[in-house]
Amino acid sequence: MNGSAAPNLDRDRLCRLFSVMVAIRRFEELALEAAREGLVKGAIHPSIGQEAVAAGVCCALRREDYLLSTHRGHGHTLAKGADPFAMAAELMGRRPGTSKGKGGSMHIADFTVGMLGANGVVAANIGIAAGAAHAVRLLGEARVVCCIFGDGAVNRGPFLEGLNWAAVFKLPVLFVCEDNGFAATTRTRALTAGPGPLARARALGIEGVSVDGNDVRAVADAAEALLAEIRVGGGPRFLYAETYRLMGHTQTDAGAYRPVAEVESRWRLCPIARARELLTRAGLSTEEIAALEAEARAPIEQAFTAARAAPWPEPELAWMDVQDLGAEWPVTAAEIRL
Amino acid sequence: MTRMSYREAARLALAEEMRRDPRVWALGEDLGRGGVFGQYQGLQEEFGPERVVDTPISEAAIMAVAVGAAMAGTRPVVEMRFSDFALCAIDELVNQAAKARYMFGGQCRVPLVVREPIGMWRSSAAQHSQSLEAWYVHIPGLVVLAPATPADNRALLKAAIRCDDPVVYLEHKNLWPLEGEVPEAEEVAEIGRARRLRFGNDLTLVSWSATVHAAAEAAETLADEGIDVDLLDLRSLWPWDKEAVLESAARTGRLIVAHEAVRVSGFGAEIAATVAEELGIPVARLGAPRIPVPYSPPLEAELQVTAEAIAAAARRLLARNVGGRV
Repeated sequence: MNGSAAPNLDRDRLCRLFSVMVAIRRFEELALEAAREGLVKGAIHPSIGQEAVAAGVCCALRREDYLLSTHRGHGHTLAKGADPFAMAAELMGRRPGTSKGKGGSMHIADFTVGMLGANGVVAANIGIAAGAAHAVRLLGEARVVCCIFGDGAVNRGPFLEGLNWAAVFKLPVLFVCEDNGFAATTRTRALTAGPGPLARARALGIEGVSVDGNDVRAVADAAEALLAEIRVGGGPRFLYAETYRLMGHTQTDAGAYRPVAEVESRWRLCPIARARELLTRAGLSTEEIAALEAEARAPIEQAFTAARAAPWPEPELAWMDVQDLGAEWPVTAAEIRL
Repeated sequence: MTRMSYREAARLALAEEMRRDPRVWALGEDLGRGGVFGQYQGLQEEFGPERVVDTPISEAAIMAVAVGAAMAGTRPVVEMRFSDFALCAIDELVNQAAKARYMFGGQCRVPLVVREPIGMWRSSAAQHSQSLEAWYVHIPGLVVLAPATPADNRALLKAAIRCDDPVVYLEHKNLWPLEGEVPEAEEVAEIGRARRLRFGNDLTLVSWSATVHAAAEAAETLADEGIDVDLLDLRSLWPWDKEAVLESAARTGRLIVAHEAVRVSGFGAEIAATVAEELGIPVARLGAPRIPVPYSPPLEAELQVTAEAIAAAARRLLARNVGGRV
């Protein structure tokens, strides 16, 4: 035996990853609840079932590292350390939201924790991530850029252009393809030629690995290893994580195009349930695990309670932050309401 | 004053800004060889391949990289080679660059400049000749500039690089060799100010980019006929100098806007409509017919807004104002 330091370290990490996953799950549940009540007006894309990718990857990042996400980005953003109250308020279009209520769910961003934005356009974040990494290089900074996109993104041009760019300029980017099986409401595999995303990355000379995206420990191990290679100047790396979207595409999509039996079988592979098993095996009691869960959920529940009571943005805010030169302003308060 | 070309003036502006601010860098195809029009000649030698970056032919990536790099603290100058190719990067410009500051609630700025050479030039045909400035003016978040002279190409490019929001910078391909006087002293233009080329009280003529030179020629011809034209080079299309245009139009009582772009929904329509709304005076617009740019010179000539066409429109407008509808 090597003593207990390593297993303890692993157990602590597992507890942390588990807590982050539980927080994400609770966030998505409460976001859906708020949407059902009409408090979230716009589309939300729940990541229920995909929490292991968000937690495993984003917890491996440092605060100063940059993250770019997708329209299904609540989990990534939370795991990068964003304030759940500001996020919940953003979903409800309230003044204290991360973007003052001007972006909503699809444009969640928190620059204070290096989260440079979710993106409403599939694959658009790939080139932007390469650009952020190019700036990191030019400015001589030590950051790494992490870019998470879905399986649907690999069929858009920016996937090729952005990966090629990062490889040619040997930029510090971790590309993460979070394959949840569906491009909106169509099975991605039916519309994707060749052996898949990782093979496409490798064809461009970008090394990477494939992991079970529902095994948080495997995702974290893989992300940490790839990030270590990137940090020593190895250039971009690619992580392919296969998972499953347990909900529909948006809050209004029941996902009825999937056989019930398929979804049920996938619930049995739920990453949180699997992490619970890992914790049990690591020696945590049922009570200890339940306490961890309650502790992770509480701040999310408080965040939503507070967000529900948060003020609306002033109408004047609609006119702000368009541009410095040539910004149009209403002459009178009456014109604002035109 | 020093005499230099429009091309030379832009190169000088970029070199000066890159010397001044280490965060400024340029990226685009073939820049190391001086750029397709020689407007980057010698810059890679001075600043190195890290700051004057040769890129793959990946317009979407070039623009997206600039967006990301601008959000992450640098000031990229993007070269699109031909404005027509910028259409391969329109999501990156319109959905990303122009929106990031707003949709992230002011958490970031996107200080990038996109240089897009526009216009008809040496029989370049339908995919290398367009002037699409009206598209960009339509997009909240963008600044749109279109210099017509060497002095402006230096002063406006410098202003564009110092601007904290994305700037679409439209240089006209026909103007690259145009020579003109450029001040010795470093001049940074005030974005949004028109330049008066000629003072007159009979008619206001507004133009920009290469068409300014046709407008100036038309104004000469009209002066010989006793018609005094107030000629404004807009230079900056967004923001545009509404104050100068309205002052002039109120004084002359007649407005013509002349541009190379397609007349239908061209930016001239916005200016004419604004003047008509504010002053209720007669207005006229000159632009290309709504057809793609053809290759053969006599066919291409069908689209051009010439000095003769501008002068003829001026005479028509004056006749209409004096004697009612013509």
